[in-house]
Amino acid sequence: MKGHPRRTELWLLTVAWAIGGVSYATVDLATLDSLPVNFLTVLVGTAAVLLVGHIVIRRLAPHADPVLYPVAAMINLIGLVMIHRLDVAAQLRAEANDARPPSADAIAQATWVLVALGLFTLVLFFVSDHRKLQKYTFTSLVAGVVLLLLPLLPILGTSINGARLWIRLGPLSFQPSELAKIALTIFFAGYLVRKREALATVRRKVLGLGIPRGRDFGPLVVAWLVALGVLAFERDLGTALMFFGVFVILLYVSTQRRSWLIIGAALFALAATLGYFAFGHVRLRVQIWIDPWAYANDEGYQLVQALFGLASGGLFGTGLGEGYPQFIPFAKTDFISAALGEELGLAGMMALIVLFAILVERGLRTGLACRDPFGTLLAVGLSSVFALQVFVTVGGVTRLIPLTGLTTPFLSYGGSALVCNWMMVALLLRISDRNRRPSMIAQSADEAMTQMIRVGIDR
Amino acid sequence: MIRAIRRLGWVFGFLAVLLIVNLTFQQFLLAPSINAQPGNQRTVLAEYERERGPILVGTKPVARSVATPKQTYKFLRTYPDGVLYAPATGFYSSLYGSTGLERQENDILAGTDSRLFVDRIEQLIAGRVPEGGAVQTTLLAAAQKAAAAGLGSQIGSVTAIDPKTGEILALVQSPSFDPNGLATHDAAAAQDYYEQLDADPDKPLLNRPLVQTIPPGSTFKLVTAAAALDAGYTPDSVLPGPAAYPLPGSSRSLANWSGAPCGPNDKTTFANALAISCNSAFAYLGNELGADALRTQAEKFGFDNSFDVPMTAATSRFPKDPDDAQTAMSAIGQFDVRATSLQMAMVTAAIANKGVTMSPYLVNQVLAPDLTVLSSTQPKAFERAMTEQNAATLMDMMVQVVNSGTGSNARIPGVSVGGKTGTAETGAGRPNIAWFVAAAPAEDPQVAVAVAVENAGQPEVSGNAVAAPIARSVIQAVLQR
Repeated sequence: MKGHPRRTELWLLTVAWAIGGVSYATVDLATLDSLPVNFLTVLVGTAAVLLVGHIVIRRLAPHADPVLYPVAAMINLIGLVMIHRLDVAAQLRAEANDARPPSADAIAQATWVLVALGLFTLVLFFVSDHRKLQKYTFTSLVAGVVLLLLPLLPILGTSINGARLWIRLGPLSFQPSELAKIALTIFFAGYLVRKREALATVRRKVLGLGIPRGRDFGPLVVAWLVALGVLAFERDLGTALMFFGVFVILLYVSTQRRSWLIIGAALFALAATLGYFAFGHVRLRVQIWIDPWAYANDEGYQLVQALFGLASGGLFGTGLGEGYPQFIPFAKTDFISAALGEELGLAGMMALIVLFAILVERGLRTGLACRDPFGTLLAVGLSSVFALQVFVTVGGVTRLIPLTGLTTPFLSYGGSALVCNWMMVALLLRISDRNRRPSMIAQSADEAMTQMIRVGIDR
Repeated sequence: MIRAIRRLGWVFGFLAVLLIVNLTFQQFLLAPSINAQPGNQRTVLAEYERERGPILVGTKPVARSVATPKQTYKFLRTYPDGVLYAPATGFYSSLYGSTGLERQENDILAGTDSRLFVDRIEQLIAGRVPEGGAVQTTLLAAAQKAAAAGLGSQIGSVTAIDPKTGEILALVQSPSFDPNGLATHDAAAAQDYYEQLDADPDKPLLNRPLVQTIPPGSTFKLVTAAAALDAGYTPDSVLPGPAAYPLPGSSRSLANWSGAPCGPNDKTTFANALAISCNSAFAYLGNELGADALRTQAEKFGFDNSFDVPMTAATSRFPKDPDDAQTAMSAIGQFDVRATSLQMAMVTAAIANKGVTMSPYLVNQVLAPDLTVLSSTQPKAFERAMTEQNAATLMDMMVQVVNSGTGSNARIPGVSVGGKTGTAETGAGRPNIAWFVAAAPAEDPQVAVAVAVENAGQPEVSGNAVAAPIARSVIQAVLQR
């Protein structure tokens, strides 16, 4: 991608904006036989918001990767369109039953986009250099653990659909585990930068596998116990899986020791077995995964509806507004990718997965290009959060793996997740900007514009 | 760290491929079986996405789909004159599936039939929602209405056939049901209605003319008469006709409905025996001819055979191994003889059609959405049941039944109507079934009709009193077309 990165970004943003606008119009034409009443307003408003983000990046991270922001914006727009599409279905249903029309979740989500844009700007503004974050390694740990524990507090914490994940502040409910994702990723990166030499030390070989010293197991076991705790007390399989997964990944990346992966996998298997026998809700999820049809009318209803939707979508989908994604309970949150699969088909799902793959790949590339190990680990950690979350949610609703309760990044309805995902993109942009700043590379300005990655030096 | 990150990239890439491979299974390879899972309402809804083709009587739709904008179901199946045509159309319900032509001709109506392939391609290119083709029935609106008006609130069925082709001109039952009540998208209302129909002791959901087999009574004497003619009897043959026929090998006897002998000196001619429906003479004939001859004759008219019209009609039966007493009773359409009103219409039609039984059918043409003809049903002979001469002889005898015998109520001025009355006993203490079968005009038959009215009171007279007027009005309706 030659040329000025910000010009590339603007061009990609225009494409995302156009696709979003056409999709929005398609939904209303298919369901209401008319263009959206507020079509122009929405087009202009969306363009304005996208442009503000773009200008913020121009000002605060001018050399950052040009693909990250448009790709995240594209996924965000697809999510908004699908939430609006489900709003329309609910509205038509209310009309048919002479009931009061439900409030439009798409508008609430769009409001959260504005909040997200604000925090995105604040992160880029205050974190002028990602290396500053390394100083807050242990502050992040404390913050992360406190955030994870908040929902367990008696007054603040709220259970929604069986998972104790929310805190309620007046009219707002917030999912602190989303913020904990960022805090703990910062902690993992900072901690591993300091400890990686020790953790990489191999004491003895067993079956050709380097086994670390006993006391180096400590952090891994702690992370494992925390994940188990989340699983046990908050009944949140997805978050537990993700934290543990990201920690193991960063442990592997920082030490290059495959033994950590194998030990991590073993601990995961142990936890999974424990969870299966100890917790009824875990067992149920696995049973539904093995045979959803047996639970088609009760606990497996949601997954069965998702599978019906995916199958009816087929290769090219029913078309936006032409399917029945509203039959899937919680289609706007956990099951939004199934709703998209129904209306956009296998082709649309491939495109969506490719978009996420680009996001993750750009994140990993940012980590590769980073010259300080903390930045590398942070970028890889954030990318892995996205990757694991997408795999676990999309895999869950399409019956590749048992279902866990997680939201799909940028797509799902829900403010806390959206805000935190955009903060993560801001951090990736910050690291990327640092990598590509011409003065740092100190080579010809021309070359600095292109995407240079120094390879072959193992830090 | 670089090598590890690159490996991680490969792992994430592998996970993305896993997602896509799994989606390919769910959305493509396994999709047909998932779509066919019971309880998948999307598959039901998908049938309502396209405009289902109409079922036509002449050019008038008796079942058609109406667009319902902004509703979950995009089309509603409606049935103008639903109660009248229900025995033919059946119903099409999202809750209870479909019956009748809606079920048998579903491929055409839904537009999935291979004959509509070219149309589907055209529609795909034009970007239009695919439409179903139309099914034109053989029914004649006037005949259908005359039959329904004649039956009124009595329980029974009427089947009329074009003797020369086998086209079903009328298919009527009472009580019937309103398919609109089951096709409605108001699930609660549909369920209420279905449960009400299902609980009704008079079984409105039962397709009486096609599926209900009942004793044909004296109308079966036509089959016995055909066998007798084949065996060499003539209308003038003299037969014993006592007031009661002693059943062979039994102490019981079979009485005439009048309780009197059928002629002077307990004798009667064959022609007179048919005209006054003489039980003793026909019981005697039955024993003379034997069960095998009767069965062979019955089977040539279509008994012991199944017909797809396209709905599969119930098989009418002649008993397997009757003893002599049972044979005598079978010869007058009692004992275990069972027939649908379709079958009795076919017997009458075959006699009128110079002895050839035609296969009955209900679908005249199958049309594409643009109303071009995809296929027309060709009349098909089932079997020759009688020689042409015997058939003409029997037809003459039937005309006597109407003109000077028991079938006086079927007389139409200026038209030679041949008919036969019947009253079937359905068991001790149970009401009789009044029958009348007829064909007209005798010299150039246009219609053969069978009427069965259940719960009709008196023996023998009821066939003429209750059923014959209905047959007459159906014949008039057909002749006036």
